[in-house]
Amino acid sequence: MYTIQGKTGTWELVIGLEVHCQIISKSKVFSPSDTAFGAEQNTHVSFIDAAFPGMLPSVNEKCIEQCVKTGMGLNAVINKYSRFDRKNYFYADLPQGYQISQLYHPIVGEGYIEVTTSEGTRKIGVERLHLEQDAGKSIHDMSPTQSFIDLNRCGVGLMEIVSKPDMRSPEEAGEYLRQLRAIVRALGTCDGNMDEGSMRCDVNVSVRKTGETGLRPRAEVKNVNSVRFVMQAIEIEARRQIDLYESGESFDQETRLFDSVNLETRLMRSKENANDYRYFPDPDLLPVILTDEYIENIRRNLPELPEAKKKRYIETLGLTPYDAGILTADTETAHYFETAIIGQDAKKVANWVMGDLFAYLNKSGKTVTESPISAENLGALVGLISDGTISGKIAKEVFELMAETGKAPAVIVEEKGLKQVSDTGAIEALIADILAQNADKVAEIKAGKEKLKGWFVGQIMKASQGKVNPALANQLLDKKLAE
Amino acid sequence: MVERLTDLTIADALDLLNKKEISSVELTRAHLAEMEKARFLNVFITETPELALKQAEESDKKRLSGEKIGRLEGIPIANKDLYCTKGIRTTAASKILSDFVPPYESTVTQNLKNAGTVMLGKVNTDQFAMGGSTMTSYFGVTKNPWTDETGAYSLVPGGSSGGSAAAVAAGLCLGATGSDTGGSIRQPASFCGITGIKPTYGRCSRYGIVAFASSLDQAGPMARTVKDCALMLREMAGMDSHDSTVADLPVPDFTQFLGRDLKGKIIGIPKEYRSKDLNPMVAEVWDKGIRMIQNAGAETIEISLPHTKYALPVYYIIACAEASSNLSRYDGVRYTTRVPGKTLDEMYENTRTDGFGAEVIRRILLGTFVLSAGFYDAYYIRAQRVRRLIYNDFVEAFQKVDAILAPAAPTTALSYEAMKTMSPVDTYLGDVFTTPSSLAGVPSVALPIALAKNGLPVGLQVIGRHFEEQTVFQVAQALENEAHFVKTPHYVKG
Repeated sequence: MYTIQGKTGTWELVIGLEVHCQIISKSKVFSPSDTAFGAEQNTHVSFIDAAFPGMLPSVNEKCIEQCVKTGMGLNAVINKYSRFDRKNYFYADLPQGYQISQLYHPIVGEGYIEVTTSEGTRKIGVERLHLEQDAGKSIHDMSPTQSFIDLNRCGVGLMEIVSKPDMRSPEEAGEYLRQLRAIVRALGTCDGNMDEGSMRCDVNVSVRKTGETGLRPRAEVKNVNSVRFVMQAIEIEARRQIDLYESGESFDQETRLFDSVNLETRLMRSKENANDYRYFPDPDLLPVILTDEYIENIRRNLPELPEAKKKRYIETLGLTPYDAGILTADTETAHYFETAIIGQDAKKVANWVMGDLFAYLNKSGKTVTESPISAENLGALVGLISDGTISGKIAKEVFELMAETGKAPAVIVEEKGLKQVSDTGAIEALIADILAQNADKVAEIKAGKEKLKGWFVGQIMKASQGKVNPALANQLLDKKLAE
Repeated sequence: MVERLTDLTIADALDLLNKKEISSVELTRAHLAEMEKARFLNVFITETPELALKQAEESDKKRLSGEKIGRLEGIPIANKDLYCTKGIRTTAASKILSDFVPPYESTVTQNLKNAGTVMLGKVNTDQFAMGGSTMTSYFGVTKNPWTDETGAYSLVPGGSSGGSAAAVAAGLCLGATGSDTGGSIRQPASFCGITGIKPTYGRCSRYGIVAFASSLDQAGPMARTVKDCALMLREMAGMDSHDSTVADLPVPDFTQFLGRDLKGKIIGIPKEYRSKDLNPMVAEVWDKGIRMIQNAGAETIEISLPHTKYALPVYYIIACAEASSNLSRYDGVRYTTRVPGKTLDEMYENTRTDGFGAEVIRRILLGTFVLSAGFYDAYYIRAQRVRRLIYNDFVEAFQKVDAILAPAAPTTALSYEAMKTMSPVDTYLGDVFTTPSSLAGVPSVALPIALAKNGLPVGLQVIGRHFEEQTVFQVAQALENEAHFVKTPHYVKG
């Protein structure tokens, strides 16, 4: 179990995450404006988004569907009755002066995510998922005296997924976030892109002495926007709290900001200064009532989830849980892998994907979808090894050329004449040559120094520039020595 | 042929237009001339004479060429300045929106445009529809075309749709749009001696109407007769994908139900409305109205709406709560007039303090208070529960009766001087008879019955079941036929 050693004893962590996921939908949650990221400022803004007088929201049904799908991915209760509330506060990038959210009746209730860490697999509880609208963006660093507002993001649908305070280590929190990202990506409900802010995370952290059962006050650390930062922020914030307690101080619930440059958390506001959001039901919108038929229809058409995929890789493809976990972490990799294994040995393909392919992508800064080596071609490469056309060693060379040129492996083998030599006569002649040149070593083998055989195989491969089938070389070498 | 085109009803004007005895341009010119003469009444915030004449010309052309015409083709109307009108300033009678020109049209005014109406301009209202006198308007109070006993134009037209009521009463338009949150169509109709209906909540789209209290706001027509209101409402109402609270129901031709007798109809007389707030002069007219409805063939019975006395406080809690949130958007960041400040918060404070009138600020503060942590349950939640009880009162009553007959307002039109000395809460008492049906969402038409002893008009309201405007119109018209109300205010009599 993960603990932090303090001056007065060991401390354990209690962690909960609030994750905001931007919903993949063509238009915004309460208006018909486009949701595309990266457009010119204030070009995807309707009168509804800019809260002009008399404008009214109307719910985008696609966003409802995305929430229901995600709820299913979280093994959660889908609430047939949900409702929208207004969260009132003033800010320049919030045109309405309130955010439409779901406080009292969220669309998705309790669920869980299975998280595997070095300490095993645990179910981390999900408290709720609610649908709300995103705010616009305030830009403060363009002018010393002015702020600029971009409303393109304003009104984009968000799913806020709130976990239970079930996580006990930075690793577990990091894995929860990774797993959640894999789920929403697999479902196509959020692109999970933390760099672009389409997935954002607030971390709730408290600490307690090992063995304590109650909960101490927590700090909410805002906007921690990568898995690595989440893990760092938790550790840093936990240490800060422990130091505070151990120097005889305490603190009340507060909101803090993570500084990833100086690696510290800073006070944003204390409990006394917390906003009173004056939530109340939004009178402009009707409750959302879902029928059993609607819910079941979505369930029937749900794509395979990472967890189920992982189980299938282990059970039917014979992969190790570790490999299956890596290959199912995102939909694109899983898709690549499943395309590559058609007609090939899955385990061998898995090794190539996780070994050479990942190394190459990592080095070249490409994603799996941008790989110049198509899944079909990688599969074909494995096929060439399996049927003895090329050796594993030559395959590495072919792989490099495939990455460079994008050509099919068979084409490269043909062009470069890399085909393995399986003509026994030619190989026997080659062996005879080498044996003749090294009569002393032959004598040693015959005297019982069997190990030298390996040296001879090496010489054969070298002389043939690796083109000789190694199994055949061994076999013929034995035959020649026995003559 | 009537002497003055501005005295016509919509129904008669349509008849004359269709017979080509008059043109829309003539009709519109007559009204524009009246508008000019009546400027001292301060009815219009924005007059649109050029637009009106252009629309009237097009309308005449259509009619002459035999093109398909709208059901209200060529009828000059006025719009309450709460309805957004594309390219035409829409102020909500406030300073903060005094320069706001909407780039879009409200659904209701678009529907009326599609029906062929001609818009004469935008009329006064209480600021953000908050008030019952037009005295909270940034553009000054509208004068009631009816005078006091000394002949002075010292009376308020009621509100918030006071500009609409005064315009119709003074002959400045044939009909007008109003909006009613807690009585804002019915009380001014009563004060000005005209007819107006607050339809069922969900009958008309709220899209493009500056919001006051979303769960109560409802658009409705104001005109000189029940039939005119029926003609207008048919065009205004209907499903709209922009407003999720609009009912997806067909809109009947309400005029088809007019003229049927009231045999077998049972009309409820709610005993709780005979309260201490009811002025005896108004009570007399109510009694008259009860006899009239009996003469028209209906049976009347006393009924009880036991939670009536809670309606006013419940209304002010809910309406202010919603308003406090609805008005947050006027923050100086985008389209509203901005008053700068050193910080963002200071800019908000400066803009909103300068841009909102005292009554609007009062209601925002009230609403903010009832929604704040620690008070939400005691005020807002409790008010919602009582609202449900008030709703149930009506549902139960309508199992026994077809409609309810009650006063629209406890008094006749008050003078501004009198109102200036009243506390805000005392002025809220003017809504005591209209807020219950607003909270219940049921339709209610107010129509003039007789003059009170002081020579001022008194209106009664006919309240009906949800989405049964046709019954409300039918009963109201029977009453109208019995009443023979002289619809001529002092201004028109001259």
